[in-house]
Amino acid sequence: MSTVAQDASHPEYLAHHFSDIEQQKESAKLGMWIFLATEILTFGGLFCAYAVFRAWFPEMFHDAHKVLDLRLGTINTIVLIASSFTVVYAIYCIQRNNRTGTVINLALTLLFAATFMVIKYFEYSHKIHVGQLPGHFYFYDGLEGTNPHLFFGIYFAMTGLHGVHVLIGMGLITWVMIGTLKGRFSSEYYVPVEMVGLFWHLVDMVWIFLFPLFYLIG
Amino acid sequence: MSTATATFPQKHYLNDPPGLKSWLFTLDHKRIGLMYFFAIMFFFTIGGILAMLIRLELLTPQGDFFQSGDTYNQMFTLHGAIMIFLFIIPSIPAALGNFVLPLMLGAKDVAFPRLNLASFYIYVVGSIFCIYSIVTGAVDTGWTFYTPYSTSTTTSVVSMTSGVFVLGFSSILTGLNFIVTVHKLRAPGLTWFKLPLFVWGLYATAIIQILATPVLAITLLLLILERTLGIGIFDPALGGDPVLYQHFFWFYSHPAVYIMILPGMGIISETVSVFSHKKIFGYKFIAFSSLGIAFVSFLVWGHHMFTSGQSELAAMIFSFLTFFVGIPSGIKVFNWVTTMYKGNISLEAPMLYTLSFLFLFCIGGFTGIFLGALSVDVHLHDTYFVVAHFHYVMMGGTVMAFLAGVHYWWPKIWGRMYSEFWAAIAAFLIFVGFNMTFFTQFVLGSQGMPRRYYTYLDQYQPLHGFSSIGSWVLGLGFLIMAFYLVGSLFKGKIAGNNPWGALSWEWSTTSPPPHHNFETVPEMTHGFYDYDTVLVNEHGEKVYKEEPVSV
Repeated sequence: MSTVAQDASHPEYLAHHFSDIEQQKESAKLGMWIFLATEILTFGGLFCAYAVFRAWFPEMFHDAHKVLDLRLGTINTIVLIASSFTVVYAIYCIQRNNRTGTVINLALTLLFAATFMVIKYFEYSHKIHVGQLPGHFYFYDGLEGTNPHLFFGIYFAMTGLHGVHVLIGMGLITWVMIGTLKGRFSSEYYVPVEMVGLFWHLVDMVWIFLFPLFYLIG
Repeated sequence: MSTATATFPQKHYLNDPPGLKSWLFTLDHKRIGLMYFFAIMFFFTIGGILAMLIRLELLTPQGDFFQSGDTYNQMFTLHGAIMIFLFIIPSIPAALGNFVLPLMLGAKDVAFPRLNLASFYIYVVGSIFCIYSIVTGAVDTGWTFYTPYSTSTTTSVVSMTSGVFVLGFSSILTGLNFIVTVHKLRAPGLTWFKLPLFVWGLYATAIIQILATPVLAITLLLLILERTLGIGIFDPALGGDPVLYQHFFWFYSHPAVYIMILPGMGIISETVSVFSHKKIFGYKFIAFSSLGIAFVSFLVWGHHMFTSGQSELAAMIFSFLTFFVGIPSGIKVFNWVTTMYKGNISLEAPMLYTLSFLFLFCIGGFTGIFLGALSVDVHLHDTYFVVAHFHYVMMGGTVMAFLAGVHYWWPKIWGRMYSEFWAAIAAFLIFVGFNMTFFTQFVLGSQGMPRRYYTYLDQYQPLHGFSSIGSWVLGLGFLIMAFYLVGSLFKGKIAGNNPWGALSWEWSTTSPPPHHNFETVPEMTHGFYDYDTVLVNEHGEKVYKEEPVSV
């Protein structure tokens, strides 16, 4: 660390201010975990709002959840769990220098994510069509009970924020997929692939909580 | 202690690499810190001018040049929002911390230099949103954006809260960067309990930044949804709850108070030792009390809501927990004072501000205990007593510490000394002006003068008048400071590496430091507070004493 080495001991992917690749990797991992903590707290605010309103209107939540399509929710859950598996497998492949395997698995992950979003699109458009909407926009008349629009307000806020994360995740996966195709990553250096993988697991995990909280009440 | 032979380095971070583009795209933490410094000083000036206008209006009981209460509401809201979100939160961590942290750790940069630059530009984008809001009608809700008023007022709430939302990301990314930097980029031999206490302060701050700010982000997002879509979560007419907004808001904003004060306490821990030429007393207590404050900060938000319809039990628990903040804060103050005890105190400007800090922070802290007590708070809630309290902590505490830091590191940042004579005059005016302005407000508040009114009963005029005159003294102090600091860049004496004879690593490199911070990685040859065994002589060389000097 005492001299700014430009030789083989300081490869291109090692930033100048780190002394070795291990330090760089450890820093990236710690940074990513901290970032994931901030993500959990961001969603935490919404989970808190959910808890408050469910405690206030337990029956309304129970009634309102029945209009959600359990079938579509279940398919989406399976799809996302599968995508978590493929993203792990992509990292497994790059650790063994199998770039083709990495690209295939990342592509599969993208496919699953896209499936999730397409299904979400159909769910959303149905709700918009029949008026199961937040606040003033609510005009669905198939539900009794107090303030059912609150359920949909929280539903759209939480699944919407989650959906934005899915889209960001898809962008990131595309980015590391292109990087792999260009040969930027190898068993020596695959930190970005691993970090994107971590992010994707968070996106899955949030959904694992959202699914029972909205689709499996009662 | 500066040497007569001190020379100004030919190449340093300010001119190497040269050119405007190299500044705008720089990854150098020192340049990013400096760009932050200019940005926050710009907003400090605007916020300060607004404060002067508010005090000018309050000189007399009737409305003078603000023709309506609405204008006045916008003025104090902008003053608060600008000072909090654009000045004081980024002030010490993002400006001074960015500059000093890697130097203190013996590192070449922060862990993620690109992210560091990104957080600066995110700050710029956030501030543009805020300026846009000001231009398109400003905000009159108070800086807290309480619902239901914030969802019904016609002013530009969405653009302002969007700005604060964006600024939050800047703060989160800085915090994340600092935590990783402290964990992973310490030079060999620099273990946790050898770290300078400023690093501990920044570390505790960073923990709050990453844990609390996301909650503010989601709160403001919900507020924006409430305003644009009428989502109903905070709207009682739709079954929602405005008090829930207050819970969410203060869950961030009370810890945010410690985002403001903790790095200031870190600076004081440095300067009090350097200018007393004595080893810091109770190192571990100061370090752990920073973490203690960070921890307790998450458990006290309800003390902002004693009169907002919170359950009595919750109010009692929050009141009790609030008193706990006094313990780590008290530990720090006792350790600083004990550090000074029988020290060889020299009264350069950083020490003048350190003493101001100790004096004013104690008043601010103690009045915080008053306000944390339920029965007293019900009487003092929303009076000038509260205004005086948080100005004593925020301005008397954080801003004094910030000024101590600015003067302390000024020679390191620019390689030149400011005028000690004018600095002493400015420090005196600021201290006196501050107390004139705000001590009167304790009295006003206890007599029942409520916050946020632009007219008041005649009986309050003498104190309000005195307070307004104080604000002019305060403003004059800052004006003088601006002149001598800018002047020092052109005419200041060349500082040399270590004008204060300080022992932490940022003083072992040249002033201004080179692009890569250090020619060679510094080595742990002594502790950073070993002033009893290490003496820096007038040539900047370290002389090791055989025996510790007993006190």
